[in-house]
Amino acid sequence: MAAATIDPSPDGMAAAPPRSRLRPIDVLRVGASGPRARRMRTALSALGVSIGIAALVGVLGLSESSRSALLDEIASLGTNLLTVEAGGGFGAGDSELPDTAVATIGRIDTVTDVSAVWQVDVDVYRNEFIPEGQTGSVQVVAADTELVDTLNGELAEGRYLDDATAAYPNAVLGSVAAERLGIHGLDEPTYVLIDDEQVEVIGILEEFPLAADLDRAVIIGTEAAQSHFDAGDAPAVVYTRVTDGAVDTTRDLLPTTADPENPEEVTVSRPSEALEAQAAADDALTTLFLGLGAVALLVGTIGIANVMVIAVIERRGEIGLRRALGATQAHIRRQFLTEAVILSALGGVAGVVIGVVATFVYATSQGWRVVIPAEAAFGGLVAAIVIGAVAGLYPAMRAAKLAPTEALRA
Amino acid sequence: MTAALELRNVTKEYPGQPPVKALDDVSVRIEHGELVAVVGPSGSGKSTLLNVMGTLDRPTEGMVAIDGTDTAKLSDGAVAGVRSRNIGFVFQQFFLLPGMSAVDNVANGLIYQGVGMAERQARAADALERVGLGHRLGHEPNQLSGGERQRVAVARALVHKPAFVLADEPTGNLDSRSTAAVMQLIADLHAEGTTIVVITHDTEIAEALPRRVAVLDGRIQADSGTPFETVAGAATHPGTGGDGSRPDLEAV
Repeated sequence: MAAATIDPSPDGMAAAPPRSRLRPIDVLRVGASGPRARRMRTALSALGVSIGIAALVGVLGLSESSRSALLDEIASLGTNLLTVEAGGGFGAGDSELPDTAVATIGRIDTVTDVSAVWQVDVDVYRNEFIPEGQTGSVQVVAADTELVDTLNGELAEGRYLDDATAAYPNAVLGSVAAERLGIHGLDEPTYVLIDDEQVEVIGILEEFPLAADLDRAVIIGTEAAQSHFDAGDAPAVVYTRVTDGAVDTTRDLLPTTADPENPEEVTVSRPSEALEAQAAADDALTTLFLGLGAVALLVGTIGIANVMVIAVIERRGEIGLRRALGATQAHIRRQFLTEAVILSALGGVAGVVIGVVATFVYATSQGWRVVIPAEAAFGGLVAAIVIGAVAGLYPAMRAAKLAPTEALRA
Repeated sequence: MTAALELRNVTKEYPGQPPVKALDDVSVRIEHGELVAVVGPSGSGKSTLLNVMGTLDRPTEGMVAIDGTDTAKLSDGAVAGVRSRNIGFVFQQFFLLPGMSAVDNVANGLIYQGVGMAERQARAADALERVGLGHRLGHEPNQLSGGERQRVAVARALVHKPAFVLADEPTGNLDSRSTAAVMQLIADLHAEGTTIVVITHDTEIAEALPRRVAVLDGRIQADSGTPFETVAGAATHPGTGGDGSRPDLEAV
């Protein structure tokens, strides 16, 4: 009777018995059982990946947020500002704009505002005790009363020059100039020394993002500049606001209008372009932090691989038991691979949350609009899962290859 | 009727210089409903015999049939399938998974058959009830005594209603009181019809069981025989054990 069912000859092969199987949902449960039973270790091994992902998401979020803040600022400053300067062409060193440039430019139909500054060749000091030559690169310029309006500038303190104050020695300080001269407020009458003359400071400006040169300048009225400090008539820079649709055509028109005799020696620039280029460029710090994030991720990957190798050695008994319960090599491999992916995915989720919170807190504190690029958050999660799979591959293979008899040997 | 477990002319050789023969032409047949002790000192080959009986290791030569299925020609996955359905293991070290409740540990005995979660849990609870731990379902291994842990392990070995349970030194890590309780449980399960093979070095434990197979130097030295055949027949043919009434099969 027994011989009928137990036939040792190769021809008598009965239909193969059903193989063992592990449902996909149970692959997840089995893979999660290890991390669940050892929570402290799970948290620590996920930490490395979470730091890396947090760094990446945070850096990308912050650079996007600051970039959008910069673009907002450019939009609010207006992109229709054109500046006209002498220089350009061969031997441009000594060239200057004609005295009439401001007037002729102002006659162009598409120019809505025009303003100018003149170079004044005198030094400025905080007081008479500062040694000669220590000007801190602060320059004196003369400017008309339209300058702040034309540049959409703001005053931090005091007021700007008007027809009355421009006629006499009164100074308005650029933001950097004020700092370098050590002037932080105008609560009491404040004076600076221009060409050995005490000049009262009547205002301090906010930064001019579109004309950073003026941040380092002490501005006086044109009338006072000519009467007290021998300023010339040729403007150094002419600032123009142009009708929005006509920026390019006006730009082509400006050199000949400003200096019909030597148009090639006139340089016209659009300051907002430089800011836009700056916004588009990744700054070095962002790159550095991205690099650091990548290193943290690499270390996190190695950490997870390490933890998994240890887990496989430590849990030989479990591997042997599962083989005895009917697990195939593939089931064991899937279990440990899933476990590694769970560890790093936990780290990824934590990292994305930390990165988003950090971006939110910092951007809010800077008054920026919070921008978190979806590809950074999503990419962070995908990266974490890939990292887990890579880190878990070798330990999972080792676990699967372990012979059941060896695994069960205590 | 097919045997729960049949080994025929099984030899296991470990490579080396010279090769080590851990099992030498072993034949043994265990019927459904038997309670058998495989007894022998350490180094006798009984661990190898356990591994071969449990299909955890393949013999160099010979046939291992589990509940009528010859495992010699099966793939790793198919042998795993045989283990998942037909064999229950009880180990000296319990091998309960930490941080997992008793009922989940027992339910692991069904997971590789693709049984759904709810059914696994229900059957695991039944099995724990059967070993007298119905009140300990939610306890984790570190909240259980040694004897209770081994009873959980026994429940895990029973939960899928295997053809036989292989218990490897089941009382090796237990004090004498727990040993008595676990052996009583094994006797009770046997009385209910479960087929159990206990591998032990402890002759006292072996003496208490109805059939004893003594192993020494990789051979079956003595087999007290199944209740269905004469003890004398087996004893005079050491190494054949099993079924003396069919010499034609032994010639294969």
